[in-house]
Amino acid sequence: MRHVRVPLGIVLLWMLVALLVPVLPLSPHAIDLPNVLASGSLDEWLGYDDLGRPILDRLVVGARTSLFVAVAVVGMSLVVGSLVGTIGAYIGGWTDFLLVRLIDVFLAFPGILLAIALAGVLGPGIENVVMALSAVGWVGYARLARAQVLSIKERDHVHAAVAIGTSTPTIVVRHLLPLISAPLIVEASFGTASVIIGEAGLSFLGVGVQPPNASWGSMIRDGTRYMLVAPHVVIAPGLTLMGVVLALNVLGDRLRDWLDVKRHTRMTGA
Amino acid sequence: MMPAVFIRFVIPRVLTAVAVILGVVCLVFVLLHLVPGDPVEVMLGESAQPADKESLRRALGLHRPLYVQFGRYLTDLVHFDLGTSLYSKRPISQVLLERLPATVELGIVSLLFAVLSAVPLGILAALKKHTAWDVGAMGVALVGVSIPNFWMGPMLIVVGALWLGWFPVSGRAGVSSLVLPALTLGTAMAAVLSRMIRSALLEVLTEDFIRTARSKGLSDWAVTVRHGLRNALLPVVTLMGLQLGALMSGAVITETVFSWPGIGSLVIEAIHRRDYPVVQATVLVISVAYVMINLLTDLVYAWIDPRIRLGARE
Repeated sequence: MRHVRVPLGIVLLWMLVALLVPVLPLSPHAIDLPNVLASGSLDEWLGYDDLGRPILDRLVVGARTSLFVAVAVVGMSLVVGSLVGTIGAYIGGWTDFLLVRLIDVFLAFPGILLAIALAGVLGPGIENVVMALSAVGWVGYARLARAQVLSIKERDHVHAAVAIGTSTPTIVVRHLLPLISAPLIVEASFGTASVIIGEAGLSFLGVGVQPPNASWGSMIRDGTRYMLVAPHVVIAPGLTLMGVVLALNVLGDRLRDWLDVKRHTRMTGA
Repeated sequence: MMPAVFIRFVIPRVLTAVAVILGVVCLVFVLLHLVPGDPVEVMLGESAQPADKESLRRALGLHRPLYVQFGRYLTDLVHFDLGTSLYSKRPISQVLLERLPATVELGIVSLLFAVLSAVPLGILAALKKHTAWDVGAMGVALVGVSIPNFWMGPMLIVVGALWLGWFPVSGRAGVSSLVLPALTLGTAMAAVLSRMIRSALLEVLTEDFIRTARSKGLSDWAVTVRHGLRNALLPVVTLMGLQLGALMSGAVITETVFSWPGIGSLVIEAIHRRDYPVVQATVLVISVAYVMINLLTDLVYAWIDPRIRLGARE
């Protein structure tokens, strides 16, 4: 477990801060006009944004936004994706054929393009961000789960379960899913990183989380207009976002080595 | 006689690609119907005149039953008719053709940058495995994967355009305006590629023929590059096709950051103008291009890999 203390600490801090938002004394919407675009000071470490709102408070609230979206999207994608992949591979035949074609169609949209289009059409808002990113996200898990199940479904213990009359849902849940969970967990840790970038990207493009709610992506978007006079309004949310994503990617790498999952490279990000 | 490789490899791939494109067409068609409420009202705004709404509804064929709409949509597509932009009132295919060269230019330059930086980085990391060089190169790659391009772009603008004044802030005017967008778009791909090259190379270097090459007394360089890299690049080629997808969706953000007049920024402009036919058409064109590129990579892969070309495998 080398070099995991720092990334693990960053990820835990992100989650802790996000969960504690309701009890922390934050004022992310408080406007302090004399301090518009003021840079960091002892009172307010990270300074103020273009409306005179404290950046640190908004970063903390943005952490909650990204955690919520990440948990919702990765959770939904993982459940839907692994079920679809497992069912296709285990049942086989026409079901599998059709599911594979469906997966192929979703994979034909490069990166988060489909999510951008969906979020654009559905209209802004955090629920639509979750829907749009889940619509793109489930496919990776489905493909992975299918490949994994194909490689284990002929094992003796599965045949034995069939022979003693175990029902298909029980076989899937008790005898297949536990064996394929390791690669899915690794995929989910990279997936979390890409969902965080995805949410921030959609919000950056103006089709994600809407003002006055804080998202790291929309903070970067708003900040770019004042970048020259007040670079801190862009640097702070960008470094935060990158720190969390980097930490998750490092953890994913370590997890992969640790769980000994066959290397397969994927790309996070937009 | 048709070569066996056609029957076994080429024809199935082409058929799959056609099926996928049909599926993509269906999904893109559905897109407009996912607009909450009445799409015509969303596009024109609530204060629009009923007569205008009616004429747009008729122009888009939305008053017809769904299957008729879909039939019309398909027929139009076959005739390369992508519809009319609500904003500029011009044929969308014309708008796309105007925007395409900028995106292709940016894509090619970014790809070149990615490959030219990833190959040396990957080789370096593999040759000096588990040394400071390896850790350094892979650290750079990890940062490259994790840096969001909508943040890297503005940072590059601050440094390269505002502080140093070497490059224009945005827009498309000459070679110097290409540098920052291409760096922004190419970095993530460079990072992923260098990691792939490193691992592919490390895997190949354990093969028997590498030991043979070494025992012949060949230099490290010859073993790694002539015998190792050539074999390691095979899987990298396939994955590069997939990475182009990330490049294409990255272009949407990068072009927006730099006001680069390509089809990526067109998607976002169209979304903000609620010009949904343009959104549909652009998403369709990008995805179809992506499917075609992947098909081509598959075929190129088959062609450069003698094991597939000569039919020993698959």
